[in-house]
Amino acid sequence: MSEPKKKNEFLYFAMRNGKLKVGAVIVFIFVLIAIFGPKFARYPLNEFVAGGPNPPSADFYMGTTAYGQDVYAQFVYGLGTTFIVGIIGGGLATLLGMLVGFVGGYKGGWVDEVLNIITNIILVIPTFALLLIMVAYLKLRGVLIESIFIGLTSWPWAARAIRAQTFSLANREFVDLAKLSGMKTMKILFREIAPNMMSYLFMTFILQFGGAILTAATLDFIGLGPTQGVSLGLMMNWATNGSALLLGYWWWFVPPGIAITAVVGALYIMNVGLDEVFNPKLREM
Amino acid sequence: MLKLSEITKTYKVGTFGGKSLYAVRKVSFDIKDGEVISLIGESGSGKSTIGRMILKLTSITSGSIEFNGQDISTIKKADLKDYYSHVQGVFQDPFSSCNPIFKADRIFEIMHEEFFPSMPREEWDEKLVEALHCVGLNPEHVQNKFPHQLSGGQLQRFLIARALLLDLKFLVADEIISMLDASTRIDVLNLLADLKSHGLSILFITHDLSLGYYISERAVILYKGTVVEMGETDKIYHTPLHPYTQMLMASVPHLDHKWEQKTTDLGGKVEDITEGCVYFSRCPLEGKGEQCRADIPPLVEVEPGHQVACCCFQK
Repeated sequence: MSEPKKKNEFLYFAMRNGKLKVGAVIVFIFVLIAIFGPKFARYPLNEFVAGGPNPPSADFYMGTTAYGQDVYAQFVYGLGTTFIVGIIGGGLATLLGMLVGFVGGYKGGWVDEVLNIITNIILVIPTFALLLIMVAYLKLRGVLIESIFIGLTSWPWAARAIRAQTFSLANREFVDLAKLSGMKTMKILFREIAPNMMSYLFMTFILQFGGAILTAATLDFIGLGPTQGVSLGLMMNWATNGSALLLGYWWWFVPPGIAITAVVGALYIMNVGLDEVFNPKLREM
Repeated sequence: MLKLSEITKTYKVGTFGGKSLYAVRKVSFDIKDGEVISLIGESGSGKSTIGRMILKLTSITSGSIEFNGQDISTIKKADLKDYYSHVQGVFQDPFSSCNPIFKADRIFEIMHEEFFPSMPREEWDEKLVEALHCVGLNPEHVQNKFPHQLSGGQLQRFLIARALLLDLKFLVADEIISMLDASTRIDVLNLLADLKSHGLSILFITHDLSLGYYISERAVILYKGTVVEMGETDKIYHTPLHPYTQMLMASVPHLDHKWEQKTTDLGGKVEDITEGCVYFSRCPLEGKGEQCRADIPPLVEVEPGHQVACCCFQK
């Protein structure tokens, strides 16, 4: 009867962990805004609804851009895009890292050797420069393509860490026993080895999630973001192009900046909190 | 039933893998139906490696292992599963044999899933209870628990029960007693003896000579991956011929007398022998000579059912 007890134990420490709670609440609030915010938008996205720049007012909750677009609409839709990039980019990076790490660490030998070479090559390539070149080549870019590019370039460190853990788990006797039971390799990997590093995989995903959001924001800001739609980074790019900083249109560039900082910061704080939950040695007494 | 012919396992060592290290060198013996063979040797003598090679957990560099006339190195997929339904292993540390985050019962669930996918739940439960009774466990006491909630002896018997669920012909028991305390040891040993009487063949890997004597008909003494002496247990234990076996027998503690202080010189141990007798550098025999250094002595039969690999017994 100690299965629920063990789960409760994690939940107990999770509920007591201030860092985790603060981080989760912040992320949750932004998720809510991204989901329900568009319902309250009074003006369609990117339409020129006002004559020029307006500071926040009852009519335009967050003001308008220099061209007269509603900042609120841009912000809530952009937030959604940000989370999509995080989930797809971070998820893809985590999945690739798991695949390469599991197979390399478990199979060993030349398979591991080849995967390790590929991982190291991608690790030493200046990925950001590569992203710039790849993204610049595409004429039409969507959020999906951008997320996939980010996912494809940010998996190596996850792969290396997962490989190392798999390596140590694969030599344990319970894996031998699973082999003696005739279990297939993939089944052993996902049913015997992966559950032993679930907490680590979860934390990897959170870090990749935050990393993908930051990378996307950077790409968007320098003008290599999606050519359609809107994102927080794109908003800041437009704000810079519209000289918002010089002209003092603070309501244009401050909200996206705060949102990106808050979401990524909250994710990283959550990660530290989770580390304390999963690792008894780090728990405060 | 199981026949090992000159199996060898080498590992590449050195900076660029230029040298090879023999973990097991040309080991041959066979195991008949319902026979227990003890594989005895010190740490690093390659005894576990032999067990792992039989279980196909470690690849064989050269030589072959045949199970009922079939070479096991080539079997794959469905045939491999069939092989595992007859040949199973139990390892030294019962705790690390269980995945620590799942309940211990899961090892049985996996067996159900992998080997008897079509067996209905009730029938399976009956079979499981029977297997648990067979190893002397009360199912009510041990089911639905995590590995750390069971004792080492219980868990070790759990793992034996796991093997018994199959149509088992051959069991590799790799140091299965060494983690148990003295009171549960004899239970597990008697269980093995019981299984033997039902026709199960066992390869009993141990470094404990007395356990080997207790259970087996034949013994194989291993030193640095090479068989130095093998034959019927009685003959080996009562008239050990190889100097290494003699040294082993002399180092078994006796209940009724204390040891006298004696120093054994292991100074020559560092010398790396790639040619010649593996025991050359430690051999205390007067008669050892250049021949021992140059040639690996083959196993010769000195009396029926007793073979030894030592230059002193060459014709």
